[in-house]
Amino acid sequence: MSTPKLLEVEDLRVTYRTAGGDLPAVRGVHLTVDKGQTLGVAGESGCGKTSVASAILRLLPPGARATGRVLLQGEDVLAMNWGRLRAVRWSAAAIVFQGAMHALNPVRTIGRQIVEPILLHERGVGARAARKRAAGLLEQVGVPSWRLRSYPHELSGGQRQRVMIAMALACAPDLIIADEPTTALDVMVQAQVLDLLRGLVRERGLGLVLISHDLAVLADVCDRVAVMYAGRVVEEGPGHRLFTDAVHPYARALAAAFPTIGDPASRLAPHGLPGDPPDPRGLPTGCPFHPRCAAAVERCRTEDVLLRPAAPDRSAACVHIGTEAVAP
Amino acid sequence: MSEVLAAVDLHVGFGGRRRRGAPPIRAVDGVDLSVAKGEIVALAGESGCGKTTLARALLGLERPWRGEVRHQGVPLGYSSRALKAYRRRVQLVLQDPTGALNPRHTVYEAVAEGLRIHRVPGEEKEQVARALSLAGLRPAERFFRRYPHELSGGQRQRVVIAGALVLNPDVIVADEPVSSLDASVRGEILALLLSLRAELGLSVLVVTHDLGLAWNIADRLAVMYLGRIVEAGPTEKVLGAPRHPYTEALLSVLPEAPNRAPVILAGETPDPSRIPGGCRFHPRCPALAMGIADRAGVAGRCVGEPLPVVAAGPQTWSAACHLRPDAGVPATRVEVSGVAAREPQKG
Repeated sequence: MSTPKLLEVEDLRVTYRTAGGDLPAVRGVHLTVDKGQTLGVAGESGCGKTSVASAILRLLPPGARATGRVLLQGEDVLAMNWGRLRAVRWSAAAIVFQGAMHALNPVRTIGRQIVEPILLHERGVGARAARKRAAGLLEQVGVPSWRLRSYPHELSGGQRQRVMIAMALACAPDLIIADEPTTALDVMVQAQVLDLLRGLVRERGLGLVLISHDLAVLADVCDRVAVMYAGRVVEEGPGHRLFTDAVHPYARALAAAFPTIGDPASRLAPHGLPGDPPDPRGLPTGCPFHPRCAAAVERCRTEDVLLRPAAPDRSAACVHIGTEAVAP
Repeated sequence: MSEVLAAVDLHVGFGGRRRRGAPPIRAVDGVDLSVAKGEIVALAGESGCGKTTLARALLGLERPWRGEVRHQGVPLGYSSRALKAYRRRVQLVLQDPTGALNPRHTVYEAVAEGLRIHRVPGEEKEQVARALSLAGLRPAERFFRRYPHELSGGQRQRVVIAGALVLNPDVIVADEPVSSLDASVRGEILALLLSLRAELGLSVLVVTHDLGLAWNIADRLAVMYLGRIVEAGPTEKVLGAPRHPYTEALLSVLPEAPNRAPVILAGETPDPSRIPGGCRFHPRCPALAMGIADRAGVAGRCVGEPLPVVAAGPQTWSAACHLRPDAGVPATRVEVSGVAAREPQKG
């Protein structure tokens, strides 16, 4: 066996137990990320993308069950004992959550919050050294280091998001998972944060999993993009190709939702998709996308489709693609 | 003239009297903007640029320090009776439909509330049903007894829009109407706004930070920076060949920007209580930083000479930039410097 990949997710399933019955949020997802690579996960609310992110570090709430394998440098996160899991979090992989306003502790200074994981995870690092490293991290993400003494409310939204990224970098992880890191930010600040993430991947050789509902952003930043719908990946391929000529009807609709400025086809003609994302409790039969799909045929109502090769280096889950079944 | 809603030399600010010592915040610092009948105008800018304050002032929710809001050519009065009558004509749609709807009110109650407040005569049920079906919730009767939690995000936003439509307004001011919705639903709600314009001749002012939205639905686009409109004109023109370096920068950082090198401005929109002198954009202006302004011989004016207010009316395309003396900026209205002009009018 060759050296293990940085992250391999195999047949990940996440089910939430709720009062209203089992809720299958993730229904068999495969993902791979290597060092220096960026993988985008696109999809709308409820498609399971945040559950995937949380499952990678076993951060799911109680009552959720994750099965399958999450191999972090060859080691299965889902099978780790608590001690090992604690060691792996922060130092092997770290998460940048969406909504930096709520993820930071409002009554502690930025400095204390960045220093905390360093002191907890790295024995032998003194308070002074940790503080020095925190200052360096802040500078690296473009926040002046005197901000260590500031409280979250004294920072702007963009700065808070940068602080979150600095925290994620605190213990020098190899993998960063960023869940909607730019959703609440302005275009200009979004560009700054994406530029920062891109630079980190390039300079430190990090692996990055970027989760967003904005396919245009992912196509711009990511080497590969996976589009999720109803708990499964419905299309996977090179980022830019997926945005410009998606194969799966849902991926195509998602790409069209954010218009290309200057494209006469979308001028005064917003492209929407009729219907709403499905409720995971009552998924449609067959292909879960068929009730909203313009290209649906009779087979789509009954036949559940798995990912199949659609072109070199690309795969999609749609009956209209190829005929040979997928051989993973 | 078909002007429905207009801001004329509008200044809106906060503080001054209460924040003694601290400089007043000039959130809207001289704006001329008009919306014609059946027109969709997008007002774009970053957070903190004053776009929401401008929208609130247009709705009569903030009293201007100077200038006025005009509806159908008549200046807005601020007595509670005048405001109530005004709010029947000019309706607001907010960003987050979940927050805008009372979770304990049914769809019917949510839509009928406006009718009850304004004591609108006529059959209530018919009017509610009509508004719901205009908003695309058909058959309307099926939605009457539903509660917000039983609806999807897109349906909730349609209920909010129906609540606005039920009063037969002539203008809707929509503040980020789709930014909390899912990507695939977004297009449907924008298409609804377009069809309402076509069916009812409704005018819409959309406040957004999303230039793609402007491309999708707006006839005209006004770009705001630090309390001023810095560029305004027909959407195709402004987004096709922007005349202001700020618009250019905003466009260049869009992920799908066609072969433009991204111009990432450092920092964020500065503090509206300390607006820089000269051109208010000059500390972040890439054209000034890269020496383009210097070569054109205007660098000194960028730093020292304020620009006139851009008139954002129909048929004009203008930009408040010293590099664009040709941009059709009217020379008549020149910024009054000094603080005196910005004090609140009313004691």
